[in-house]
Amino acid sequence: MPMWEESSLVRVVPSARPRKLAKVPFVELADGRLQGVVSSGSDISRVYVSSVAAGDFAFACRTNNNRPCGGLRGGFCNHVTALVGEAVLQYGGARVARYLQAETAEAADAAGTAAVPTAQQLTAAMSAVRPQQSADGQAVTGQVFSRFLRHLAYLELPATTAPLPEMHWFPTAGAVA
Amino acid sequence: MRADLLAAELPDLDEALAAVDAFDEVLAGGLLRPQPAQAAGLNALADAVAGSPIAALVAEAAEKAAAGVAGEEHLVALAAGRTALFGAVHDAVLARVDEATGRPREAAPPFEPGAPLPVNLLASARAWLCDVARAGWRGMDHELAATAAPVVSALLPSAELRRLAVLLDGFAAELAASCPGRTLEQIPLRRWADLWARGMLLTQPGAIAAAGAAAESAAGAASTALTGRLLPLGVDLHEHATGVQAQVHAVFEPADGGPARLVRASVSAPKPDTVVGAGAWQLLRPHLSLLAAAGEGRAMELTGMPVTDEGDLLWSDDRAHVGESADVFTTARVALPAVRSGATAPLDRHPTRIAEPVLVEGYTVDGSGAEVAFVIGGERLAVDTGRVPAASPLTPQAVAGSRACVGLLRWDAGRFRLQPLAVQSAAKSKAAVAQAGAWAGGTSDKNAAKAEKAATDAVTVLRERAGRLLRS
Repeated sequence: MPMWEESSLVRVVPSARPRKLAKVPFVELADGRLQGVVSSGSDISRVYVSSVAAGDFAFACRTNNNRPCGGLRGGFCNHVTALVGEAVLQYGGARVARYLQAETAEAADAAGTAAVPTAQQLTAAMSAVRPQQSADGQAVTGQVFSRFLRHLAYLELPATTAPLPEMHWFPTAGAVA
Repeated sequence: MRADLLAAELPDLDEALAAVDAFDEVLAGGLLRPQPAQAAGLNALADAVAGSPIAALVAEAAEKAAAGVAGEEHLVALAAGRTALFGAVHDAVLARVDEATGRPREAAPPFEPGAPLPVNLLASARAWLCDVARAGWRGMDHELAATAAPVVSALLPSAELRRLAVLLDGFAAELAASCPGRTLEQIPLRRWADLWARGMLLTQPGAIAAAGAAAESAAGAASTALTGRLLPLGVDLHEHATGVQAQVHAVFEPADGGPARLVRASVSAPKPDTVVGAGAWQLLRPHLSLLAAAGEGRAMELTGMPVTDEGDLLWSDDRAHVGESADVFTTARVALPAVRSGATAPLDRHPTRIAEPVLVEGYTVDGSGAEVAFVIGGERLAVDTGRVPAASPLTPQAVAGSRACVGLLRWDAGRFRLQPLAVQSAAKSKAAVAQAGAWAGGTSDKNAAKAEKAATDAVTVLRERAGRLLRS
């Protein structure tokens, strides 16, 4: 597709879609994982750091104090499931499935019609291969939590009225979302 | 505006772009273990700048790179060579724009190096970019993409380094989302090479002329501060996952009766990626009262507002107050034909930076193809209907049903396109004007108000989480 290769302004990453952040304030597809932060339903100063790795779907869920989540019993806990749900809202099911290399039965059946998997279908497809808990869950938790804090810090950075010419490479594409 | 000139070919353009394309292909494979085909691409770049003052530097760099032994200084030279080629393309495109608009343009002042910036921060940014060039787009992995994060975090708080920071931030996010590179089906070759080369140049000491310093000197020197009336033409929004900028294009009429000129006022802010749509306006609007004025169709009176040679106002709300009402299309019909355009800063000479405000009318809309085009006197001008903010009443439908359009003339992938800023409806019964930035300052529109509320809630949640977790 020559237009893609010869354009300075192709949109490589679509913008995130708006979603409610109360339950899952942070979701990202990064470092080869779907990872994020899920607020605890019972304790407002506790959050769960959850992740699923691309390819083998190895999962982890621990609190911000790096204690294991009590809901992990050989499979995805509610936090991981919530994370998948919000990721699908934010990025769309197709992008999440592609990043995780998850093939849903539905997508395979409807080959060619580009069926977009739902969060339930994705979760089911990943659970079906009986994924293991991540071996380096503790380290991953630390990394993800510090990425979440870094993400929050963007709100604290001041605005400026000095022009940023480089932003011309990042046109808004609101109307084609 | 003469649309026929925009459709005509630019002489020698293909040759320059062929050299660019050959070099851009080199970066796909990376410079760690260069192949013979890559040596050819490097030579193409060196040959293309053979008549320029940097010929020897680029030739040496191409030779070293082809041998797989390029150091940082050689990679900088290659970036400079590619940037010089696009500088020439920029000049040719801009000359065509000026011919089409019939508008005079200020001459660019000679380049003056900016104040020295923290060398260690620039060096860490350059080191990352060099690693990226060695790996190539196909050699990109999560680990390399992620090493940009600490570099960006260190750059972002500094106002002088914000330009480099937002560039690397947006670039690294795209690379990260495209990992692993070896599985990429298609690569945005020109775009990533653009971002890479620009990043490399901005890491050179002195490349970034600190706008803050310009503001200080301008505040003292009356010659570079503007007093008079500002008539908004429209709002251009830029955004990536973690940054947003709005630029208001406007006609400035000096109080002393001097010639009118085109100016821009900018406001930008870093943002979490979940702040989108109306949320972007919410971040920006407290810092630029002009956003609300432009949305409401009002002029502003400026008193001693600093301005750069390029026509960028260094806005502060206390040097501006809201004036009488000013319709965009009246401004475009009455004031726009008499303006002078600003110069381009030497390092900003790239066609992507061209955004020339124009009024187009007397067209028919052709929506039959894959994209909308205005047909003016038999010539087609493609319209970039996607380049409109998410939170905006300016829809593709409004563009399709328009009879007049104020927009920005842009050039990308070898052709001109019009980015709509405001359209006037062809239907007499309908509300007359839809503007891209109509909701920038806030709105009473029912659906938009819902989006505003949702965006406020999102930021409230993030601030609450930050308050509880960031400082604990």
